[in-house]
Amino acid sequence: METVLIAFILMTLSGILLGCIIGAAAKFFFVKSDPRIEDVNEMLPGANCGGCGKAGCSDLARAIVAGECVPGSCPVCSLAVVGRIAAYLGVDAGSSVKKAAVVFCGGSNSKARKSVNYNGINDCISASLIAGGPKDCRFGCMGLASCARVCPFNAIEVIDGLACVHSDICTGCGKCIESCPRKLIRLVPETAPFHVYCNSPEKGVEKKKNCDVACIACRKCLKAAGEDQMKIEGFLAQVNYDNMPGADVIEKAACPTSCISSPENHFPGTLKKENAAR
Amino acid sequence: MSNLHHDDHIYFAGGVHPEEGKYLSESKAIQEAPLLDSYTVILNQHIGAPPKLIVKKGDAVKKGQLLAEAGGFVSAPVHSPTSGTVRNIEDCPGPMGVPLLAVVIDSDGKDEWGSSLEPIADWENTSPDDLKKRISDAGLVGMGGAAFPTHVKLSPPPEKKIDHLIFNGAECEPYLTADHRLMLEYPESVVEGCAIIARVLGVKNIYIGIEANKPDAIKVLREKAASFGVNIIALRVRYPQGAEKQLIYAVTGRKVPAGGLPMDAGCVVQNIGTAVAVTEAVKEGKPLFERVTTVTGEPLANPGNWKFRIGTPVSKAIELAGGVKYSPAKVILGGPMMGFAQKNLQVPVMKNTSGILLLSKEQLVQYESYPCIRCGRCVDACPMNIIPGPLSTMIESGEFELAEKNNLMHCIECGSCAYVCPSFRPLVQHFRRGKAEINARKRKMKK
Amino acid sequence: MTEEKVNLEENDTTTQSGVFLPKIEELVVSSSPHVHDNQTVRKIMLTVLLALVPSCLCGIYFYGINALMVIIYCVVFSVAVEVLWCRIAGKKTDTWKDCSAILTGVLLAMNLSAGIPWWVCLIGAGIGIGIGKQIYGGLGYNPFNPALVARVALLVAFPKLMTTWVPSRFMTENPVYDKIITYAPSAEQLKGKVIPFLSNTCDSITCATPLGVVKELSKSGVHNVSAFDAVSNTPMYWDYFFGNMGGCLGETSVLALLAGGIFLIAMKIIKWHIPVTYIATVAIFSAAIHAANPAITPGPLFHVITGGLFLGAFFMATDMVTSPITKKGMIIFGIGCGIITSLIRIWGNYPEGVSFSILLMNAVVPLIDKFTVTVPFGYKAAEKKVGA
Repeated sequence: METVLIAFILMTLSGILLGCIIGAAAKFFFVKSDPRIEDVNEMLPGANCGGCGKAGCSDLARAIVAGECVPGSCPVCSLAVVGRIAAYLGVDAGSSVKKAAVVFCGGSNSKARKSVNYNGINDCISASLIAGGPKDCRFGCMGLASCARVCPFNAIEVIDGLACVHSDICTGCGKCIESCPRKLIRLVPETAPFHVYCNSPEKGVEKKKNCDVACIACRKCLKAAGEDQMKIEGFLAQVNYDNMPGADVIEKAACPTSCISSPENHFPGTLKKENAAR
Repeated sequence: MSNLHHDDHIYFAGGVHPEEGKYLSESKAIQEAPLLDSYTVILNQHIGAPPKLIVKKGDAVKKGQLLAEAGGFVSAPVHSPTSGTVRNIEDCPGPMGVPLLAVVIDSDGKDEWGSSLEPIADWENTSPDDLKKRISDAGLVGMGGAAFPTHVKLSPPPEKKIDHLIFNGAECEPYLTADHRLMLEYPESVVEGCAIIARVLGVKNIYIGIEANKPDAIKVLREKAASFGVNIIALRVRYPQGAEKQLIYAVTGRKVPAGGLPMDAGCVVQNIGTAVAVTEAVKEGKPLFERVTTVTGEPLANPGNWKFRIGTPVSKAIELAGGVKYSPAKVILGGPMMGFAQKNLQVPVMKNTSGILLLSKEQLVQYESYPCIRCGRCVDACPMNIIPGPLSTMIESGEFELAEKNNLMHCIECGSCAYVCPSFRPLVQHFRRGKAEINARKRKMKK
Repeated sequence: MTEEKVNLEENDTTTQSGVFLPKIEELVVSSSPHVHDNQTVRKIMLTVLLALVPSCLCGIYFYGINALMVIIYCVVFSVAVEVLWCRIAGKKTDTWKDCSAILTGVLLAMNLSAGIPWWVCLIGAGIGIGIGKQIYGGLGYNPFNPALVARVALLVAFPKLMTTWVPSRFMTENPVYDKIITYAPSAEQLKGKVIPFLSNTCDSITCATPLGVVKELSKSGVHNVSAFDAVSNTPMYWDYFFGNMGGCLGETSVLALLAGGIFLIAMKIIKWHIPVTYIATVAIFSAAIHAANPAITPGPLFHVITGGLFLGAFFMATDMVTSPITKKGMIIFGIGCGIITSLIRIWGNYPEGVSFSILLMNAVVPLIDKFTVTVPFGYKAAEKKVGA
């Protein structure tokens, strides 16, 4: 009984003592910080995706309050949230076009030739070191899901050996861009009506050997689109995202290889959670 | 194998002893490959600056004529393998899966000689600089694998004192027998080439290191070597005995400093094939447009050793070896430990193609990404004394700085670790990936 | 060629000259090397299991049918827990085929008394496979030896059960051991006889382990050499060596464990570094203390051949996943295990310290690995050069 009592008293005393020390320390070493940073941080999405180029959401909040960045720097926030932050701080919201990542390749397993079997690390960068990658096309998607694994929002899914971005989930943070050894992923305005799903600068004949849906630079789409709305670079048609063509171009151009497609048609169906990145 | 006599007493730690598989082709004499209709000569066959093309489409060329001249000091010229016309200059599939620029030559069937190099009969009284110029003009590169231009190795900076010249006849890669046959059939050329290179460098200590599993080659070379002052050393049979640093250690007992070159240990290492090519370049004025290559593997009907013109497609080489008895699961340029798996059989034979190896389905290694169980077998096998297993885990989880601190950059990619890994981890691929990432980061830092 | 046809038909891969070329679509590309020595995790585990067979047989021989049942329970439950866990976690359920769960089961059994009830085996297997291994991600990721995690957890949870030992079937015959064997009234008639192989006397006949006796003597303040002599004399040492004593069913027979351990070293599955340094450290440490004051603890031979030292040194401490990977690290690990074991045995509260010492050293393995990174070939020379 005596021992229990001693232990009890000792613990209580030391608890009170330590509590006092902590309380005193909090008073003496108090660092004054701007409470607005905490409030802005609350409003930001908190995904810490790094899409803004800062170390995370709280770092961006600090930068916004300090005036280094405009609230629109966050690529993930909706316009309403950006407006709320701007109103709270009384600053200009800054313009931000909602962008989404697009994988510029249509070469799924059923469309692109894959003459040999790859056996090795399940990672695109590593696979590209072995005989130039598993598929015959050296410029297309390898389908090993490196981008899907880095996506913080599970917006990328690999279907039939081809990475597809769910533009409704994609926040345009841009993390996937670095992970692709083929540089297939670019951020483009989400409102673009269609994309040219090909990345190969090779000649049409060469590309056609490797893939059914390659752009063969036939220029049909250029004729269908308005002036300066599309361009051709090295046997590869591209949408000019600063001056976007209308959705009717898909119909009018009647792309012979179906390389041109709207995001919805390119990737039918909804996100299957189990197929998305682990 | 342990009963084979070897006279090196210093062993490198680690290494493995894979099944040799040399019986398939070691008794087959070198055959001259018949003339083909066309050859695809890749321009950039060496490490260093790409050569400058000097022929154009439609040009008539002769055998041994210059197609492209050296594009710098660390570069080598390329010569035509036969007479004919230049059909085209186009991209052709390269051994690493990346297309490379190549000259396609349609043979006219006459095979007319047209080399501008004069034979040097009396090389013993020719100045070392003239000999070196000849070696450089003949387009000689290391024929063992790395394809480093030979004349660069023969031009050490003056502050490096070279006192040992070592020739690599180890041929530690399983299955390959090209060097073995060369030593058996051209022993004079081998030792004479050694002596010529020694004259260029002004070195007295000349060694040929041969793995003890080639007693016939050792015997033949010993008979020829004495008159040229060349020492033959029988080496312990252990992969990678032929790796530069391990070979130097076995022959001289010197360790090449980490991150250094053989010249830092006072040594120059050359391949046996290069020695033969040097003799031919000097005494016959013959540029490097053909080489001995082993075409082997269980699926082949008739494995053997052939003298191929540079630019012979792999498919033609396989055809020459009688084709396959059953479809193989892998076609490899080089040996099974360090060679590159191919996905296109139009890849041409290059100056450093020591072998074309076909593996059957049963021999296939199925790499899995099972976790490392830290059994330590890779640590025992690593000839560079690094710790491969945990290192691969670091790379897997993207910790490249940590991997660099744990000596990743010392890896010579010999494959001994992956050969013994019971988890079938693709260790070498991890290391290549890690090295590529670290080098990319370093380049970024420099910018 | 026609005789050797296997899967070739006339097709586009046939050349004009009639020979067959490889079919591109059957080719595989992968990183070098393209050959393998065919050693697999499964083969390694099976070899270790093979090395444990003599000890298992000894355990069964000395403790009867109950020992066999404990081994079977532990193995079956371990595999069941592994499969179940993988199924619930949505992982591949065929991981038990690598035999690591079977090995954990056998090792767990060897760490239990032959008289342990089946439900303790079940809890042990659950803790060992579940909390010891799968929770970290499965084989290769576990920081602690799963079998030891299970044993220590059981030891803490069921101290009475886990320290109740069954005597060997032949100890009851020898009056020397009468002092340390306790008979329930129902089993008195077996005194002086060999316990039958198939009988179930676990609850009625119990005994103390030699280490337990020494610990009791020390705790009760009886510090004299002659008291220790009751359990540490030459004829008894022979019994300990062959395994004719009370204790865990797999740890008692030094002879069988030594045979298995030497087999493993000869097969190059384990290296000599950990077992030799571990056992040597225990021997030297206890010898030093014994020499300083023989009344504190019996001599080194007693410490080496009693308890679970051989089982721990050859089979538990050498667990690949949880021990250092370099030889230098292994030596540090072995010495660390040896010191902690001796400290616990001589001054600790528990009679035996092998499990605790190995678990404690498991925890510092990442640290050991960090400080024992090998020097690459040729590295020293480079440093000298910079200095000069």
